[in-house]
Amino acid sequence: MQQYEIVIVLTPLLSVEVAAEAIAKYSRVLTDNGAEIVQEDNWGLRKLAYPIQKKTTGYYHLTEFRASGDLINKLEIELRRDERVLRFLTIALDKHAIAYNEKKRSGAFNQKKPVKTEEAAR
Amino acid sequence: MANDQIKYVTAPKVEDTRKKYCRFKKNGIKYIDYKDANFLLKFINDQGKVLPRRLTGTSLKFQRKVAQAVKRARHIGLLPYVTDSLK
Repeated sequence: MQQYEIVIVLTPLLSVEVAAEAIAKYSRVLTDNGAEIVQEDNWGLRKLAYPIQKKTTGYYHLTEFRASGDLINKLEIELRRDERVLRFLTIALDKHAIAYNEKKRSGAFNQKKPVKTEEAAR
Repeated sequence: MANDQIKYVTAPKVEDTRKKYCRFKKNGIKYIDYKDANFLLKFINDQGKVLPRRLTGTSLKFQRKVAQAVKRARHIGLLPYVTDSLK
């Protein structure tokens, strides 16, 4: 078992309900295949830094889960077949990333961020 | 006699007293989040290119991680691949 994190970018043409439904579909793919979802985060509609398939915005959704490696292939095939998905990115998390995400979830992140910006000002 | 006047072949270096340092090592940051586009902005120029280590002072270990994070952020559309007007 390895911990992963996937960011899915959906086309902005969907209504909020349809987008939520599409995301739920992929969560189901994960849980049905024995993955354990650690965290989900919906970023909502965001502006893209550059147009993708002639679209300038996209629905972002982040899922963090624990699964075995062969499930990733299954999930990515589903994502590639889906026309509503503009982009996706799956990352295997190392121990530092897991620690960082846990910190972020517990709210320590809000204290951490100003430290970073302070550093840049110097 | 002629040695009284010291001449330099190359101009003497004026030392910059501020030493560059790796901010990740200094602050004990071990993971660079590709989802935090605002943070990554500090490591790219206004064309969206990754800044060299000689300008940012980042250690090699973390420079590789910065580059990886920037590439990931570009893929999911958080940072541009090419632009002229970043920042």
